[in-house]
Amino acid sequence: MLLKLARQSLWHRRGTVLMTLLSLTISIALLLGIDHLRLEAKRSFTSTVSGTDLIVGARSGQLNLLLYSVFRLGNATNNISYQHYQQLASHPQVAWAIPMALGDSHRGFRVIGTNADYFRYFRYGQQQQLTFAQGEAFSTVYQVVLGAAVAEKLGYQLGDKIILSHGVGAVSFTQHKDQPFTVVGILAATGTPVDQSVHVSLESIEAIHLGWQGGAPGFGKKPKLNDTQLQQLQPKVLTAFMLGLKSKVATFAIQRQINEFKAEPLTAILPGAALAELWQMLAMVENMLLLVTLLVLIAALIGMVTTLLAAMKERQREMAILRAVGARPWQLFCLIQLEVFCISLASIGSALLLLSGTLAGLQPLLSSSYGLVISWLPWHGHTAVLLAALLALALLLGAIPSYLTYRQSLAQGLTVRL
Amino acid sequence: MPAEPNFPALELKNFYFSYQGPTAFSLQLPDLQLDVGQHLFIRGASGSGKTTLLNLLSGIHPLSRGEIRIQGALFQPQTAARRDLMRARDIGVVFQQLNLISYLSVLDNVLLAAEFAGNSSAATTQRAKMLLSVLGLEAALWPQSAVNLSVGQQQRVAIARALLNEPALLIADEPTSALDADNRDAFIRLMLSEANRCGTTVLFVSHDAGLARYFKWQLRMDALSDGVQPLAAAVPGSEDVLCC
Repeated sequence: MLLKLARQSLWHRRGTVLMTLLSLTISIALLLGIDHLRLEAKRSFTSTVSGTDLIVGARSGQLNLLLYSVFRLGNATNNISYQHYQQLASHPQVAWAIPMALGDSHRGFRVIGTNADYFRYFRYGQQQQLTFAQGEAFSTVYQVVLGAAVAEKLGYQLGDKIILSHGVGAVSFTQHKDQPFTVVGILAATGTPVDQSVHVSLESIEAIHLGWQGGAPGFGKKPKLNDTQLQQLQPKVLTAFMLGLKSKVATFAIQRQINEFKAEPLTAILPGAALAELWQMLAMVENMLLLVTLLVLIAALIGMVTTLLAAMKERQREMAILRAVGARPWQLFCLIQLEVFCISLASIGSALLLLSGTLAGLQPLLSSSYGLVISWLPWHGHTAVLLAALLALALLLGAIPSYLTYRQSLAQGLTVRL
Repeated sequence: MPAEPNFPALELKNFYFSYQGPTAFSLQLPDLQLDVGQHLFIRGASGSGKTTLLNLLSGIHPLSRGEIRIQGALFQPQTAARRDLMRARDIGVVFQQLNLISYLSVLDNVLLAAEFAGNSSAATTQRAKMLLSVLGLEAALWPQSAVNLSVGQQQRVAIARALLNEPALLIADEPTSALDADNRDAFIRLMLSEANRCGTTVLFVSHDAGLARYFKWQLRMDALSDGVQPLAAAVPGSEDVLCC
C-alpha cells in the first residue's frame, strides 16, 4: 500500500523528481566513475609489467631501477656486463631473460636495445603478450620496432628510415646520422610505457656506438662495417634485464643470490612490490580524488533532501487525509523514506547504465588515442558495499524530511495551516 | 459492520482537554450519548475550539481526562496505535475541501479507507463502486485523477470514502462550505440518507446556523455546558430511512 502511494506520488511529481533523479544520477555516476578510474589507473599502473619475477640492474635503489627499466624514466646508475647477464640468465632456475640496453633515444622516445626474447616473453596487464599491429620483430642490425604511440605521434610507416640520437633528451646534439634504421614492425597499443619505446637489437646498439670511447664518439674516421662484421657484433654492456623464473618459490633465493653477486654489484627487485611502493607515494592523489567524490555525493544527497523538504508544505493536505483514514505517523515516515529509497535506487541504476554506456562508448577512443584500456564495467569487489553505504546515507539524510513529516502529522492532525 | 443496537454510537464522559503553552486553552464537555442515527449539528465559529474538538473526537490528539466510547468500545484513553486503527475502522472524516489525494484515481481515493482499516478485498472494491454509483458518480470517472472532478463531485467521493467501512461515526467538518446553495442542499440530504443506510451517526460541524435545520440535535460551541439540545424545526426527510 505504502509502496503504491510512494510510486504514485513520485509519478505525480515527476517533473521535480526527474530533476532530483538527474542530479543524483550524475553525482553517483561521477562517484562510481572516479572510483572506477582510480582502481583502473592503479590496475593499469601495477600491470605495466606482469609475469616478470625479478628486474636486475646495477646497484641502486628499488624505485630508481623500476623507473628506468619499466617506466623509461630517469637514468641508470651504471651499466652491467653482458657476460654476467649471460651467466645469470643461464642459472638453472631461470626460465627466460630479457636484456635491456638503454641510453639512446629518438626524438624524445627512449630506445631499448634488446633481443627477440623481449617480444616472446615480455608480459603486461593480465599476462598479455606484445603483438604486432604491423610488420614483425627485427632480425638484424639497423632494424627498428616502434611502440604504438611512437608510430602514431611521429607518423611512421613500415619501411621509413629513422636516425637515433645519443642520450635521452628530446633534442640531442649527438646523432647517429651515419647509421639510419628501417622500421620493420609496429607494436599494437598496450597502455604501458612499451607504447613510448623504440626497440632495436643489442647488436644495433653495439654498431652505432662502435669506435666510441667513454660515452663520446672517438676521433678519426669511424669504421664502416660490412655485413659479415655486422653479423659478428657482440654486445658488451646492458643496463638492466628482466628474469622469469621456473618456480615462483625460488624468487627470494635468486634475489638474494643476485644481490650478493660477487663479480659485480647488482640489485634485483620484485616488480610487484616495487610498483606497490611507488603507488603508495601517489596515495595522496588517490585520497584527494576520494574526498572530492565524497563531497560531490553529499552535495547531491542534500539536493534530494532539499527537494523533499520543499515538497513538504504542499503535501500537508495529503498527510492530513492519510491521517484521517487511519494512517499511523510512522507510516507517513516510511512513506517519505520509501520515496527516498525509490529515488536513490533508480539513480543508482541509471548511474550504472550511464557510466557503463559512457565507458563502452569511449573505450575504442581511449585505447587507440591514449593506450588506456579501461573496463566498461564499473563494478569492483567493494562497489556493492559502496552503493549500500550510499543508500544508507540517503536514508539517513532522508530521515530529516521524513521525521519532520512525522512530527507535523502528530502535531497538526486533521487540520492544515496553509 | 452494522452498529450494535445495545450501545450508543458515541459516548462522552468527563470530557476534558487542556493545552499548556503560550496560548493556554481548555475544552470541557458535559457527558453525552448519541444513539445510532442521532445526527448532531455542532455549531461554532472558527476559533471556538472546533478544530481541537475534531482532533479529539477523531482520536488524533489524546484527551487530558475523561473517556470516549464508540459503540461501547473504549476509544479514549487508548494507545495511539489503537486510536489510529479505530479511526480507520469506525470513523469516517470529510473535510471542508480538498478531500482527495490528487495523485490517486477516484476509486483508489475511496479504497484508501479500506487499506488502512485492513479490510481491502474484492467485496470492498465492489462496495466502493456501489457507493460511488449511489452518490451519482458514473463509472467513467472512477479511473480519473481526483483533480479532474468538480468540487461537488470531490465532496461526494469524500463521502463514499468516509462510509466505505460502514463506520459508527462520520465527522464532517464544514463539508459544504465550498458548495453553492443548491448543491449544498442536495449534498447534505445525500450524506444523511447514505449515513442512515449504513447505520452511521453524523457529527456535522459548521459555523452556518442555516444548516441546523437539517438536524434534530445541536451542540453549540459557545454554550457547551448546555450540552446537546433538541432543534425544533427539522427538515422533513432528513432522517427518513433508518436501516442497514
